[in-house]
Amino acid sequence: MATTLYDKIWDLHRVEDRGEGVALLYIDRHLVHEVTSPQAFDGLRAAGRGVHSVSSILAVPDHNVPTKDRDRPNPDDMSAAQLAALDANAKEFGLNYIPMDDRRQGIVHVIGPEQGFTLPGVTLVCGDSHTSTHGAFGALAFGIGTSEVEHVLATQTLLLKKAANMRVTVTGELPEGCTAKDVALAIIGKIGTNGGTGHVIEYAGPVIEALSMEGRMTVCNMAIEAGARAGLVAPDDKTFEYLEGRPMSPKGEAWDKAVAFWRGLKSDAGAVFDREVTVDGSEIVPLVTWGTSPEDVVPVTGAVPTLASFEDENKRDAAEKALAYMGLSEGQPMTDVKVDRVFIGSCTNSRIEDLRAAAAVIKGRKLAGHVIEAIVVPGSGLVKEQAEAEGLDRVFTDAGFQWRDPGCSMCLGMNPDKAGPGERVASTSNRNFVGRQGPGARTHLVSPAMAAAAGIAGHFVDVRKF
Amino acid sequence: MRAFTKVTAKAVPFPRMNVDTDIIIPAKHLKTITRSGLGKHAFETVRYRADGSHIADNVFDAPKYAGSEILIAGRNFGCGSSREHAPWALADMGFRVVIAPGFADIFAGNCIKNGLLTVTLKQEEVDALVLAAEGGVAITVDLEDQTVTAGNAHYAFEFNPVHKKMLLEGLDEIGQTLAASPAIKSYEAKQAAKTPWLFGGNA
Repeated sequence: MATTLYDKIWDLHRVEDRGEGVALLYIDRHLVHEVTSPQAFDGLRAAGRGVHSVSSILAVPDHNVPTKDRDRPNPDDMSAAQLAALDANAKEFGLNYIPMDDRRQGIVHVIGPEQGFTLPGVTLVCGDSHTSTHGAFGALAFGIGTSEVEHVLATQTLLLKKAANMRVTVTGELPEGCTAKDVALAIIGKIGTNGGTGHVIEYAGPVIEALSMEGRMTVCNMAIEAGARAGLVAPDDKTFEYLEGRPMSPKGEAWDKAVAFWRGLKSDAGAVFDREVTVDGSEIVPLVTWGTSPEDVVPVTGAVPTLASFEDENKRDAAEKALAYMGLSEGQPMTDVKVDRVFIGSCTNSRIEDLRAAAAVIKGRKLAGHVIEAIVVPGSGLVKEQAEAEGLDRVFTDAGFQWRDPGCSMCLGMNPDKAGPGERVASTSNRNFVGRQGPGARTHLVSPAMAAAAGIAGHFVDVRKF
Repeated sequence: MRAFTKVTAKAVPFPRMNVDTDIIIPAKHLKTITRSGLGKHAFETVRYRADGSHIADNVFDAPKYAGSEILIAGRNFGCGSSREHAPWALADMGFRVVIAPGFADIFAGNCIKNGLLTVTLKQEEVDALVLAAEGGVAITVDLEDQTVTAGNAHYAFEFNPVHKKMLLEGLDEIGQTLAASPAIKSYEAKQAAKTPWLFGGNA
């Protein structure tokens, strides 16, 4: 029977069937960070249990870390305590650990692929919903809660119900000035934030194939914003080229054997998907979110929607609340919306390609005078080194943008990088939720090039004409 | 894990759609290294203004809903992050059940681990329960029978039998899985032959 890529990876990892579509699934790779793990390690200690497979784990701090002045004590005692807990747990349980002062430190979803820890065909979990990022390599990767973190630590398995299969095909060719971020937002705008609920999404079609690995990671990263716990792209030569020679990738004969195996990881021609969605990639334009849900997308050339345009009463109510929170009026052109801050970073858009795209827009220009702060936060220490070798840091700092140390930063308000109440942020992150970037902060999701252009112009602007 | 069989209690109506985990518990409160005490920060942006002042007429602090153990919620409740702090916060507020037209996958899974029941009903049934909750009607949620009762109205709901058994018995899931250790070991031996690069200590 023809099967999908998801079916194949699921079947490869089934330890035991428990009936009703539930199976005990083996987990190959486990990324650990400081926020969702302390209670899991406490649980192990309380029950006198150990870690099943230390070699399956890579731990790194990212959510709480300050992105400047790291040589000084952490300004937040609770953040410091959480970081110290990860340090202590990594030592006690003997984990592979990249501490905050290591040159490889960074966002867990950037360093997994960068270190070759993420590989095609594996099951990979992390106590973070953006674990879907790793699906770009053809890995079944998904976020889990802390109880599940503890379960994986103790048993190397999870009790899971199999999801349904969904395929999103992006046809045609992406126009100049449009990026993987616009593809991700276009898909969410079309299917909604619960469009993929209960499904694993396989992304396919010429636009996805043409994306770099960085671009594929951006698209899979936001699968969760479409409600899908995991996104997948079938591995190809681009995948293997990215992984070859990475510190944790297989070497020599093992590499050849692995590549031969990975080439079989794709959906069969006749495989049936429970749901199919097609997006015309040629029609995609640079997008901006106007509301407080990632599905609230509009072309930068467009306007804030009118409440009358929502037929569903629940949606109209949500839009009314969103407009009030965002301080926008119905029908307002997006290019009239001024920004107070710019954030270029996060597990969605902090890789070298993202920084190059932002720098290309910024080069030789200056940040608009009224913008309070624009920060560029590389996804890892290695991305930072690469960017500096290319001189990108100077492009940013010459224009008045700040060049920071790697971490989750302003994607979520749990470290010193925040926006104030009512402040409007052009942000390359993944969630425009109420209060996400600080109490009262107003987030607009955009691509790195669009965020950079908004910082220069002082308001949203069509990067294609910039 | 705390077992769940049946609850009869008042309910808080909060039928807003796409309530994300940042609304349930904002990220700044995830710095805790314990599971308790999150209830006071739950729904902070609904209960407090950005300047910290209390919003008097919010449903979560309204005296008429005090002692509620059921939350009536909107479509796609719990979307966003994988933070288990969300069900921890709901449990800390005293909730045992959330009823909605649909839940985000990771959130629903996290609820089960904490003895918190998520009941999916049709939109019109949830709408009726919102009215019942507003009218102060006690609602009964019975997991064994898979029914919700409010006055004369009865609604049946679907629930995966594997998860139902876990909730009814309050099983220690890790202990259960460890009992399957021989199967896990034999799986590892089989896979080590098939995909040796995953078991060769490369990572």
